[in-house]
Amino acid sequence: MSLLEVEDLRISFPTRQGPVEVVRGVTFSLGRERLGIVGESGSGKSQTGRAILGLTPPPGKATAKRLEFDGIDLRDASAARWRSLRGIRLSMVMQDPKFSLNPVMTIGRQLIEAARRTSSRSESKDRAMAMLEAVQIRDPARVFKAYPHELSGGMGQRAMIAMMLITEPDLLIADEPTSALDVTVQIEVLRILDRLVNERGMGLIFISHDLRLVSSFCDRVLVMYAGQVVEEVKASELKQAQHPYTQGLYNCLPRIEGGQRPLPVLQREAGWAV
Amino acid sequence: MAMIEVSDLHVVFGTSVHAVRGVSFEVAEGESYGIVGESGSGKSTVLRAICGLAPTSSGAVRYDGAALKSPRQADFYRRVQMVFQDPYASLHPRHTIDRVLSEPLAIHGFTDRERRIEQALEDVGLGKGFRFRYPHQLSGGQRQRVAIARALILEPRVLLLDEPTSALDASIQAEVLNLLDRIRTERGLTYILVSHDLAVVAHMCERLLVMQHGKAVEELTRARLQAREATQPYTRDLLLASEGYRPLQDA
Amino acid sequence: MTRREWLLSDYPQSRRQARAGQSYRTWLALKSNRLAMVGLWIVLALVAMAIFAPLIAPYDPLIGGDLRLDRLQPPSWEHLMGTDDLARDIFSRVMHGARLTLMVVALVAVIATPIGLTIGTTAGYLGGWVDVVLMRVTDIFLAFPRLILALAFVSALGPGIENAIIAIALTSWPPYARLARAETLTIRDSDFINAARLQGASRLRILWGHVTPLCLSSVIVRVTLDMAGIILTAAGLGFLGLGAQPPQPEWGAMIAGGRRFIIDYWWVATMPGIAIFVVSLGFNLLGDGLRDVLDPKAVK
Repeated sequence: MSLLEVEDLRISFPTRQGPVEVVRGVTFSLGRERLGIVGESGSGKSQTGRAILGLTPPPGKATAKRLEFDGIDLRDASAARWRSLRGIRLSMVMQDPKFSLNPVMTIGRQLIEAARRTSSRSESKDRAMAMLEAVQIRDPARVFKAYPHELSGGMGQRAMIAMMLITEPDLLIADEPTSALDVTVQIEVLRILDRLVNERGMGLIFISHDLRLVSSFCDRVLVMYAGQVVEEVKASELKQAQHPYTQGLYNCLPRIEGGQRPLPVLQREAGWAV
Repeated sequence: MAMIEVSDLHVVFGTSVHAVRGVSFEVAEGESYGIVGESGSGKSTVLRAICGLAPTSSGAVRYDGAALKSPRQADFYRRVQMVFQDPYASLHPRHTIDRVLSEPLAIHGFTDRERRIEQALEDVGLGKGFRFRYPHQLSGGQRQRVAIARALILEPRVLLLDEPTSALDASIQAEVLNLLDRIRTERGLTYILVSHDLAVVAHMCERLLVMQHGKAVEELTRARLQAREATQPYTRDLLLASEGYRPLQDA
Repeated sequence: MTRREWLLSDYPQSRRQARAGQSYRTWLALKSNRLAMVGLWIVLALVAMAIFAPLIAPYDPLIGGDLRLDRLQPPSWEHLMGTDDLARDIFSRVMHGARLTLMVVALVAVIATPIGLTIGTTAGYLGGWVDVVLMRVTDIFLAFPRLILALAFVSALGPGIENAIIAIALTSWPPYARLARAETLTIRDSDFINAARLQGASRLRILWGHVTPLCLSSVIVRVTLDMAGIILTAAGLGFLGLGAQPPQPEWGAMIAGGRRFIIDYWWVATMPGIAIFVVSLGFNLLGDGLRDVLDPKAVK
């Protein structure tokens, strides 16, 4: 049985010229796998991720024919229901850890606070330390006592992932979790996520603009354009993608090996957005 | 003779932050030279030290054989211009494109401003319709084109490019890289391009310098990079990482 | 093409059209804020009152009627706001008082805003010892309560509306300097300023052409919000007998005059009080609206 079912998800924002739909009928289902959502800025990929957690920023409105997580209808979930899901069974990692960690609390306290939601006080501290080790932080005792600003970008992002994973969620939505990181650190963070999917059977939605990264990391990829999914492909078969947008997006990346000069430019067609 | 020569450059901010530690390289006229590194490697600081935005603590920067004085002379700015990383931060939010482009002309006393502004917009593929718009009415790629037009309007010989496409979408990046490439061929410009993306540097530059922790790790030609003939482990790590994710075989 | 389309065009054809379009968008944003429009109407009404005071006012503001019959008359159709102890029509005095209030407001804005803006942006942009000296001077001015410092100035220069204005202006610039400096610090190292430096722009050009326009909007908002306080300070000085001198119809002085018989003849002090209240409120509402429109950091 699938973990998450999304059918005809639509998100609209009111403007002076009337409502504008930024996500227009997205449908997909997710098992215990790594699903990538790729698109350029404004394609609606981030809004899709937020809507699943009920975090569409007001005045935006999200509607769907079906939005089910593990058999629970999320569409009209009460505040209490959300509290029992968000951060416990459903988590989200954002792009920049600076905005997601509380700047005036140590990492340790924030971790314990998160852990307290599913375990007792005495267990919480051990679990917090164990989690820091699990995300490959070399000196967990120091990081435990540190404030967010004392950590480097990579460390902060790992601490953030530790916090989101301490309750062992069934579904993690990662919105550009490594875009602010250096390439060498990026690979390490992805390794942690990879292990969690393999070992704990977590479902992962990996939202990114980086086609190359997603195709090497995920199992399946949804390509979004103008609020719609234009193509769904197996990550390993991305090079054989059918849709001209996916092809264009893939071909316009420069390569170390060299290649075409000038680079092939993506020619957008009005038909794609209909 | 080298167009830009940086020798044993050190940059220290305040009393303790040693951002660049003894970097040397030469860029010949008409060449495109890349500097690659991760955040904190000092790659952007080298660029800023060349144009005088960062202090040179020791070492020297030479332009056309002559050591540059600090602050730079007005003449320097007609020869060397820079394009910044973030197109949203590098244009004044209350100035129209017209004002952005006419200001450098006014500073340096050009007379035929009308023609030059229209020509500059044409050169970067924007057309006259954009002339009186404000930056907030433009997309990221269009803004970066305006920033390039601003850098070109004084007809410099050297263009310093600080991550010119890292804030842009992949498809827009391709367009801007093609634009930069075309302009260089047409005008015989010298480029120094800073980027964290090896692929961008490999595409744009004939030679490149890899930097880490403020120091130069190694200098490579494009051909050697493409043949994966890096000698330093750090460069190899970068090459590996830029290929995307690869699951650990057996840890 | 209608005028609206011309203004909102995304492809303006001239500098003038671009600037007009930008102003029109700001105006549209302000117009959609109802409270700000209330404030704007109050301020416009104040301006209209000041300009047309001699036409609106039914009586002379300085010369009263018959002292035996017309003293301390309650509000009626003949005297809308009643009369005071010298048999002068309070409505006419309030109308003419708008001129004084508007003069105070305008002069303080014209004197204090440029001083604060210049000192703040210069200190912030140049930094170093210039910053230290300018900011310590600002601190010294800030350390005095405004009314007390104004009192000191007025007692040194002598009472009178002009001196009160000078005193208020000299005491109200420090917060603007502080604000302008803080704004300057945030934009000083931004890339568009760096870009201007790399074009060889002089410090003066960067300060006037690039930094000041960006600080201006938040300072304007602050000045508008401060107007209420300035009107109150002017009224306070008038009330203490240090501002406008009798028989000038200054609202603060009018309240002071009516204070003696506030129990029996309430309207004498209340009417100018209401005028002060309404105008202060108007400036505050307008300032709040302007902040929403002009201040880029304000959350929408």
